[in-house]
Amino acid sequence: MTSRQAILELSDIHTYYGNIHALKGVSCAIPTGEIACLIGANGAGKSTTLMTIFGVQRASQGEIFFKGTSIQHLRPEKVAALGVSQTPEGRQIFPRMSTHENLEMGAFLRKDKTGIQEDIEWVFSLFPVLKDRTRQLGGTLSGGEQQMLAIGRALMSRPELLLLDEPSLGLAPKLVEKIFETILEINKAGVTIFLVEQNAHMALTISGSGYVMETGRIVLADKASALLENEQVKKAYLGE
Amino acid sequence: MIKQELKKLVVYGFFLAIILIPMLGFKSSTFEPGRAFKTLGVFLAILVLNIVVKAIRSSKRAVSVQKTPWTERMGKQINRVPRIYSIGGLLALALAFPLFADNYMIDVGITCLIYVCLGLGLNIVVGLCGLLDLGYIAFYAVGAYTYSLLNLTFGLSFWSALPIGIVLGMIVGCIIGYPTLKMRGDYLAIVTLGFGEIVRLVLNNWDSLTAGPNGLFGMKRPSLYYPGFTEDGFEWMVYYLKSLPSLYYFILGIAILTIIGVRRLDNSRIGRAWIAIREDEVAAELSGVPTTWIKLLAYALGAAFASVAGAFFAAKLSYTNPNFFLFMESCIVLCIVVLGGVGSIPGIVVAAFVLIAAPEIFRGLENYRMLAFGAIMTTMMVLKPEGLIPASRRRRELHEDIETTSKD
Repeated sequence: MTSRQAILELSDIHTYYGNIHALKGVSCAIPTGEIACLIGANGAGKSTTLMTIFGVQRASQGEIFFKGTSIQHLRPEKVAALGVSQTPEGRQIFPRMSTHENLEMGAFLRKDKTGIQEDIEWVFSLFPVLKDRTRQLGGTLSGGEQQMLAIGRALMSRPELLLLDEPSLGLAPKLVEKIFETILEINKAGVTIFLVEQNAHMALTISGSGYVMETGRIVLADKASALLENEQVKKAYLGE
Repeated sequence: MIKQELKKLVVYGFFLAIILIPMLGFKSSTFEPGRAFKTLGVFLAILVLNIVVKAIRSSKRAVSVQKTPWTERMGKQINRVPRIYSIGGLLALALAFPLFADNYMIDVGITCLIYVCLGLGLNIVVGLCGLLDLGYIAFYAVGAYTYSLLNLTFGLSFWSALPIGIVLGMIVGCIIGYPTLKMRGDYLAIVTLGFGEIVRLVLNNWDSLTAGPNGLFGMKRPSLYYPGFTEDGFEWMVYYLKSLPSLYYFILGIAILTIIGVRRLDNSRIGRAWIAIREDEVAAELSGVPTTWIKLLAYALGAAFASVAGAFFAAKLSYTNPNFFLFMESCIVLCIVVLGGVGSIPGIVVAAFVLIAAPEIFRGLENYRMLAFGAIMTTMMVLKPEGLIPASRRRRELHEDIETTSKD
């Protein structure tokens, strides 16, 4: 994992929520074209890391590089325009917009109509269920469909880097498997993926590299396959 | 069910009595117990009406579950008529109105049209962007006072003062918008409510500038310019719109421009961004919507429409006074938006006419006319919570059961 190949690099990021020191010096690098995952318990700072990358939360210290350019001072819409996309935690879709309108919102920054139409077709090919729900309101979809829609919407901006915040949250095991298969498929299409997960086993299985986070710090960083064999990780996150 | 309602009736009546007795005044020399009973009587009548409505609704539900509501059937019938005819017909009616109406009716018509502009402006903030603004009338006041002061001190005409008023309205909109960017719901409502009152109190107390509660008077009416030929040659002639019909046509033009403007905004990229923010702000931000600017833009544009209406209002009366801009006015504008159907342009136009004309029609009831107003509002909200002519999105949302069953 040399920094030259990294599409995204965080160096010594500190983030505060008021007085709470949420991130205490996070450093990591996501290699281009790979799936990297960040695992950890509730409240470890995983979601905060993603929000800080996207600029929704401001880092008070440290630097974030996307393809070599520093982005920690940019507003979220500028980060999105550079080619980063994120699905929010807990499948926050637009409940009173139809599936189609939700996908169109994902392409808010784009103006090429034919390209948008092509990408909608691509999302439908990744998630065929959504095609039958084109005109249905987002809020009336099932949990799994909403998660698929959230991922689909994030893909609509044609990102180079996709940040996924707990895509398995509250889904049935079978659906989780399906979602992870699709994540692999998206990665094969050339999108680098940074995956935040509590389902450590699934996440490490599909990832190339992995990070373990505890109370605002990254405590372990290694190849995902190595982490799966790591005694500490096994004990704390894999329940073996 | 009747038993339940009776229980409610007794409890509510008791509460009302407790509240009303001190209000009617023990010490008053003109204490009339009759007045208290009258008020109670009206209240009881409303409750009885409530029971009747509920009874009818429950019986209807039992008999015909599958039947589509009459409003929907009527809507379908209306949609059969080509759009151009219905809009053309309404426009013709609006244009012909002063020909058969007396001055009083035209005056009410002008007020209705002013509220159409206000309702559509507030619809941007509340209906599209989902920010509950209870101080909207402050921007109306800004427009009115800007024109009044510019005209009285510098002699600026309506047309040259109007852009200044719009810009000032937008600036004031951003001033209230900026500190409330992170607020939502109740907190935002409280702040905007306070802001509306601040503007009114400043106007009321800044004697040297606004003449305080006495108000400003003597502004020129809106003017039209036309080419004229005099002995000295060509010259622009000024015609001041003094008669009520001419003022009516003027505000009709402004209202139509407002409708077109809001409609175009609604269908634009910005309109979609507003709706996305209303639906879910974080998700909108992650989709690349510059939420800060888009929200400020909603406040600024909403304020701009109110400012235009305010400038016209001051010019029409040739008089303005802080008491025109009470909190009650903000409430009425908000009622227009909610009653008409949040986000629905035709609904808001109809609601403005209903809510402004209704108190005039019920003028015969004297002090009870506001009660009739309240009764209309309550009945409407019970029977049709999505508004008179709901926006298609809103209808889907409140009648999800119908929508999904028909789809699957």
